Order: sequence, then structure tokens, then C-alpha cells
Amino acid sequence: MTIASITQLICFAALSITLVVGALGVVLLPNIVYSAFLLCGVFLSVAGLYLLLNASFVAAAQVLVYVGAVNVLILFAIMLVNKKEDLAEIPRLALRRLLSGGVCLGLFLLLLRVDLTTPWAVPGPVGIGEGATIRIGEHLFSDYLLPFELASVLLLMSMIGAIVLARRDVFGSDLITGEDVDQGLIEKVRPPLLLDPTTPSPSALQETL
Amino acid sequence: MPIETPIDVPLQAYLVLAAVLFCTGVWGLINSRNAVRVLMSIELMLNAVNINLMAFSSYIDGLEIRGQVFAIFVITVAAAEAAVGLAILLSLYRNRETVDMERFNLLRW
Repeated sequence: MTIASITQLICFAALSITLVVGALGVVLLPNIVYSAFLLCGVFLSVAGLYLLLNASFVAAAQVLVYVGAVNVLILFAIMLVNKKEDLAEIPRLALRRLLSGGVCLGLFLLLLRVDLTTPWAVPGPVGIGEGATIRIGEHLFSDYLLPFELASVLLLMSMIGAIVLARRDVFGSDLITGEDVDQGLIEKVRPPLLLDPTTPSPSALQETL
Repeated sequence: MPIETPIDVPLQAYLVLAAVLFCTGVWGLINSRNAVRVLMSIELMLNAVNINLMAFSSYIDGLEIRGQVFAIFVITVAAAEAAVGLAILLSLYRNRETVDMERFNLLRW
């Protein structure tokens, strides 16, 4: 065993322990904010695993997209919707947890058996190491060109969809016919938080919209 | 230029790790009461799939690394999914005033 391989083993062990503990924390911790920060740790350790697999470009993309965008988005969503609420008790919660735990354990055993008994075709060809980024670029602009363009269309669609779904400036009347829109379908009428609640009543504010 | 890199961690180690991560995600997806945690569990499952793709592309398909290209597409779709999912969650929260999954039963018989 060379020093390089020992270092690799140690890095893999440390990253996988971080990954598993972080994932369990994401699922099990009662406070959702801790879960979000642990999710950041999970994403970072997955990026470390990619570095161990000689994929520096995908590791960078993982850090930029997951840690930089998705995790921040989740934190913002937690800030916007995190209201302390007492969850109503649901019957047979323990049984439900036990059953789903059994199903997940069965799935894990199945995957484990497949992983360990399949004769994988290793070792494959020697990897191209740091030439991976160049090869990804060649793939994206030759044989994966259509999925690449479709991905850009998908991102545009999801951006527009997210804006349409999450915006709150709904119109009080239909733009074309001028009739009143049933606001109850779109959004509940609520008193604005920052204004003085005594002077403009919510219904009067609704009229001005 | 091909670089000879010693790979001593077996492929199976990555696969088992991804299986653990995926099953954790499935359990969280089923059992979470908070809708944000459901989205986080989905991200965990997508990451598990990505680990599998990257491990196969590095060990078996070292020259043509198609798995890495697939992983990039999965990351893209995951980002889009997170954005739309959180937007749906926000508008649900405005209407129902809760993030409890058990109370999102507007369309349930």
C-alpha cells in the first residue's frame, strides 16, 4: 500500500462518515434549520467524493449548484414558512414509522445484495484524470447537444414557473373582462403586516387592488 | 495524456454508500411532516443516484466518462425541481397557513 492509496482510503472513510451522519441528521433532527445546515455538509462531502473520483468539474458544479443555489433556496424557504405550529397527532404514527423503516431496510438489503454479488467489469480502462473537463465539454457539444439545449429550455421554464407560482401581486379584477376575480381561489385575504391594522381594513385594501 | 491513478477504494464501497444515502432519503420522504424536509429528502436521493453515476463512470467508463455528463444533467434537473417545488410550497403555505404534509389533503377524496 502506498501513501497515496492510504490517504485515499482515509479521505473516503471520513467523507462517507460525514455523509451518512449528515443524511441521518437531515432526516431525523426535529429542528428544520439544523437539517438545512447539515444538508449543506452532505452536499459538500458528496463534492469531496467526486474529487476522489477524479471529477473536479462535477465537484465544482456540485458545490456551486447545490451548496450555492439549492441550499440557500431551502434556507430562504425555511425563513419564509417557518412558523411554530403544533402538529396534530396522527393515529398509529409509530406503526407507520416502523413499517416504512422495514420497507427502507428491505430496499437497502436488496441494493446491498445487487452491489456485492454482481460481477462488475472492473478494472475498466485507465481514467483520463484531469482531462475529464475537456471530455465533458466535447460530449456536451457533440453527442449530448440535444439534451444540453433541452436542459436550458427546462431551466427557463422552471424559472418562469417558479415566478408565476410564488408571486403574490394578484389582480383584483380580470384584465380582459373587468369582472372581479374570486380571490379565495388564488390567495387568502389577510391584513398586511407592516401597515397599521386599524385604518385600512383588508377588504378596503382589496378594493384598491 | 492519461494519468495512472491508483484506485484502491473498491467500486462496491461507493455503491453501498449510495444505497445507504438513498434509503435514508426514502425514509425521510415517507415520514416527514414538514414539506421542506420532504424536498430535502428528494435532494438526498438525487445525490445518491449521482454518486452511483460518478462511481460507474470513473471505474468502468474511464475514457468516455458519460456518467459525469449524466450527473451534470441530473444536477440541472435537481436545481429546477428545487426551485419549482419551493415555489409550490410557498403558495401552498399562503393558502393553507401550514407546512404539515398531513393537512395538504385538498384533492384527497
